[in-house]
Amino acid sequence: MMIERSNAFVIPTPKRLGYSFNWVGRVGLAVILFWAVVAIVGPWIAPHPPGEIVDWDYFGPVTADFWMGTDYLGRDIFSRILMGARYTVGIALASVVLACAGGVILGMVAAVIGGWFDMILSRLLDAFNGIPSLLFGLVVVAAVGSSIPVLILTLAAIYLPGSYRFARALAVNVNATDYVTVARARGESTPYLITREIFPNILGPVLADLGLRFVFIVLVLSGLSFLGLGVQPPNADWGALVRENIEGLSLGAPAVIFPSIAIATLTISVNMFIDNLPSKIRDRSE
Amino acid sequence: MPKSLLPWILVSQRLGIALLTLVIVSFAVFFATELLPGDVAEILLGQAATPEAVAGLRTAMGLDEPAMHRFVGWLVGLAGGDMGTSYVNKMAVSDLMGGRLVNSLRLAAVTTLVSVPIALALGIGAAMWKGSMFDRVVSVATISVISVPEFMVATLAVLIFAVWLGWLPALAYGANVDSWGAMLRAYAMPVITLSFVVSAQMIRMTRAAVIETINTPYVEMALLKGASRRRMVLGHALPNALGPIANAVALSLSYLVGGVIIVETIFNYPGVAKLMVDAVATRDLPLIQSCAMIFCVSYLSLITLADLIAILSNPRLRR
Repeated sequence: MMIERSNAFVIPTPKRLGYSFNWVGRVGLAVILFWAVVAIVGPWIAPHPPGEIVDWDYFGPVTADFWMGTDYLGRDIFSRILMGARYTVGIALASVVLACAGGVILGMVAAVIGGWFDMILSRLLDAFNGIPSLLFGLVVVAAVGSSIPVLILTLAAIYLPGSYRFARALAVNVNATDYVTVARARGESTPYLITREIFPNILGPVLADLGLRFVFIVLVLSGLSFLGLGVQPPNADWGALVRENIEGLSLGAPAVIFPSIAIATLTISVNMFIDNLPSKIRDRSE
Repeated sequence: MPKSLLPWILVSQRLGIALLTLVIVSFAVFFATELLPGDVAEILLGQAATPEAVAGLRTAMGLDEPAMHRFVGWLVGLAGGDMGTSYVNKMAVSDLMGGRLVNSLRLAAVTTLVSVPIALALGIGAAMWKGSMFDRVVSVATISVISVPEFMVATLAVLIFAVWLGWLPALAYGANVDSWGAMLRAYAMPVITLSFVVSAQMIRMTRAAVIETINTPYVEMALLKGASRRRMVLGHALPNALGPIANAVALSLSYLVGGVIIVETIFNYPGVAKLMVDAVATRDLPLIQSCAMIFCVSYLSLITLADLIAILSNPRLRR
């Protein structure tokens, strides 16, 4: 996420370099930036303390005082969503960076070294892909107990195999090109090949893939929290906010609707952004 | 080697990989749950956990044996249909599971029957009128459904059908499904939610498969000969896209596995997923392991089925 953002702003004339976004991508980027800022400054701009009961009316409606109503205990939903952004965005970002870093490094190493190492690693990680993601999270969190480091590591472990597979496929193609063959003939070491020849040439698609995986992680994290296995009370990410207030659903309480909308805006805008990345970033082979 | 054997070699290779994957998956499931911090015997005994009692129970449960040994014993038992005994209520896991599994399978079957025809019609339609208003509406709708969590689809379905329209009960599963009407009402919400989740994937993949076939030279030839758009798609492209479409259907149905966990919880539906989520709350390990294996097996079979269809429907491998 970070690097794509700097691409758009640092380069002086993005348009001339072929890095310009169409308006759908810009809307997506704006929403992503909005939530990133909220995740950082959320607790300071919240109108009410997120953990405190501020209204005796539970499942209260939208009022001038409580912009998004109140929850099942009478806490301000708007403040809790601002606070929840930190958990949802933070945990998902940490996991996706871990998953992609691990997957891409292993993928590139496997592609360059090849042979038995590649085959065994590929088979093993493919097998882990055969476990449904929500189920994997459910089993691990059930066994180890839920805390934020456990959540981050579990989510990273779930999405590492996919990232590995993607990066390896790209790296195998790059590895077969002439300039890599030349570098190898020159006697360059494996680390040089990986960092200087292969990595820069798979970076764009890998970043696009990172965005998609971010969406998946947000969805699985919300699902886990919704099942009561994610972020634990009194803290709450957006999935946990939906779970807490699900009783209010039959009353049509805004407390259920707004956290859901928050998740949807984040995931849909990341999808919009990724789908509309300039083809120069998405796929360098074209 | 006669070339006609080639698909079958690929098929058996794929089945072998599936079997190997299953062993690795069961290994992961077993050790993820088995090597948890905290002693099972101590947790079970609770207040009565004197050192002697814990040691006695550990021997009785076979917990003193090496983990690898227990894993093999568990796997062999599982293959023979013996899923162990629940820690919490001392019942055989297979007894707890029986009725629940039928319920879950019924939910999955009804969802499949509802979603497949709708998804295929929408997907093929969107491909046929690619770039039209209809195509764009379908695309936006499917992307939206894919990028929101399953519980949000369920929440929206409840809001629309129960709160605003008042057609269906909100979060209730009718325990007595004796009449057709009661059964329809009990199934409606879970099925609507799951169908949305599964069809969104299916529509996208079907559309992509048909469009890929439309772009081939022989379909372009049909168009140049003056075939109508409908004839070009239904008569020329569709028969050749059947393999990829069947592949897409099987692959999309694997999303049922994740969706069913959320949907059974939200609607309080007495299926395997609800059983598993409850078992997680009570840390009932044999039950969690068995439920997890059931989900992994169904997920793997659907993915493998999708691959097998792709292999067998590829005409280039047949001759």
